[in-house]
Amino acid sequence: MASWNSLEVLKLLIISSMKNQKAITKDQVKHLAKLANLKLTDKELEKLLPQFTSVVDFVSKVQSLNTKNIPETSQVTGLENIFREDLIDKNRMFTQDEALSNAKKTYKGYFEVDAIFEE
Amino acid sequence: MPRKHIKAILKLMPYLKNKMLIDKSLTELASGLINKEFSSEEIVKECFDKIEKINSKLNAFTTVLDKDEVIKKAREKDNKRTENNNSLYGLPFIIKDSYNTRGFPTTVASNVLKNYISPYDATVYSRILNAGAILIAKTNMDAWGHGASSENNDYGPVRNPWDTSRVAGGSSGGNAAAISSRMTTFGIGEDTGGSIRNPSSWCNITGLKVTYGRTSRYGCVPYVSSFDTMGPMAKSAEDCALILQTMAGQDPLDATSSPKAVPDYSKNLQNRISGLVLGMPKECYAKGLDPEIKSSIEKAAEQFQQLGVKIKEISIPLLDYGVAVYYLIGTSETSSNLARYDAVRYGQDRSNFTKETIRRIMLGTYALSAGYYDAYYRKAQKGRTLFIKEYNKALSECDAILMPVEPMVATKIGELINDPIQNMLADIYTCQTPTGLPSLALPCGFNQSGMPIGMQLIGKMFTEEKLLNIGHQYQQMTDWHKRKPPLIEK
Repeated sequence: MASWNSLEVLKLLIISSMKNQKAITKDQVKHLAKLANLKLTDKELEKLLPQFTSVVDFVSKVQSLNTKNIPETSQVTGLENIFREDLIDKNRMFTQDEALSNAKKTYKGYFEVDAIFEE
Repeated sequence: MPRKHIKAILKLMPYLKNKMLIDKSLTELASGLINKEFSSEEIVKECFDKIEKINSKLNAFTTVLDKDEVIKKAREKDNKRTENNNSLYGLPFIIKDSYNTRGFPTTVASNVLKNYISPYDATVYSRILNAGAILIAKTNMDAWGHGASSENNDYGPVRNPWDTSRVAGGSSGGNAAAISSRMTTFGIGEDTGGSIRNPSSWCNITGLKVTYGRTSRYGCVPYVSSFDTMGPMAKSAEDCALILQTMAGQDPLDATSSPKAVPDYSKNLQNRISGLVLGMPKECYAKGLDPEIKSSIEKAAEQFQQLGVKIKEISIPLLDYGVAVYYLIGTSETSSNLARYDAVRYGQDRSNFTKETIRRIMLGTYALSAGYYDAYYRKAQKGRTLFIKEYNKALSECDAILMPVEPMVATKIGELINDPIQNMLADIYTCQTPTGLPSLALPCGFNQSGMPIGMQLIGKMFTEEKLLNIGHQYQQMTDWHKRKPPLIEK
């Protein structure tokens, strides 16, 4: 039982069916981290690169799907234009204290954020 | 008395001695409470007794509520009970830590939300509370729902009650471990790509992934907004029907919740299922499936035939593409959903995301970024259309699809978390969530090492009623779902 690993089998089957993708560079991953607002050290980036590459290779499988003339689906409810009256429901309103209750930094009843402009 | 009879009785002793209130179905518990055969207080105390004895071995929870407070609440329920109460009135439950629960921490098992106290209630949670059920704990999971093993988190892995060197599954792993080991009467989970069904099958409980839109998503921390579904986890299909009754229905706070009327899910459980057709996709039973799981499901298929069900071989040729389609759309949406966590209004900063979550945010960002959008995100959304067509076709040939939940039994701690691709592949049979279809996972046997095996029944949109009926009929002729892990018999 210990020697039997179905995921290994699946992995080999699926990966062997994929063609090689263009290699992803460390700079690309660095740029992605910036876009995602994630601060990663050089060491972390280096560790992430091969993992990220293998995951991208894996999902690149979709490119071999024949999707000619196939429209995209973004949701499955079939619902469209769901409106409600633009009314205030006081039962659902936070008090100022409640709204600020989880903030680390507040200032006179407001959220305090770091300055984004330099002096 | 002959010696062998005494031996047989002695062998049964632990089972008889350990007969608990929590072993009863929710319907039995509800009627026992009304007839004053026992009290909510007794049930709650049984839960806490198990939590105190076993949870340190399983790590099923992120927060356990104060015992005295919960007992006090149970006494209040006992005093106020009337015959007209909802069936869930006075029953203790647990909820995945992705639901906002006013006044209690909601962490999604991530340090990003460490110390965050919910200032409001998720709709599903408030419906269960309004029915009179009593929250006892919030459950450990894969952070943000990112995983199939409840290892990707900042609270430590949830361990499987059937073998604590193995994972409970994920992402609703804490729920499954706790229900299986009788620390609660039922649980509320969430399924995006298998998160209710996977741990249900690995821990020997029953879990329902509902049709997208059947239950409100309001107040539940989102993973993939266009896949996420809130569903019940319990000991049986019959219990799931009762819980869903209270959970389901349109919610003005979730514009994607369905206006469709909610049927009486318990009404048709007893219906005979002879004449129904179950389709078995040949692709699911070929390469990569653990032979012991295959034979357990084949045995279940034979039992269905004894109930008059017709078994038909069907085909889902695109099965192998499922993980890629699911994963591309999923990570794209999660990268967008998680962009809001900037620690300004609440929470800790983004350096607190785990490695697995960072990988998912990065992949989603990649798939959505200029130059790659067409090749990845848009392509996957087209693949989603193909999957919907393929499942619709398969379901035009049968009443429900009978499939494995997982290609293998619960993995050893560390196996999935250390291999990103394996972690993705664990979702191979449960990642049809882009279609929105409902699916019921239920126990159907054990392997030679005593690890639970599950199967799933996938139905057409909004056919939860039928899936629960089929599941209940199967559970009337089998007792897999009644078996308890040896850990709690000790």
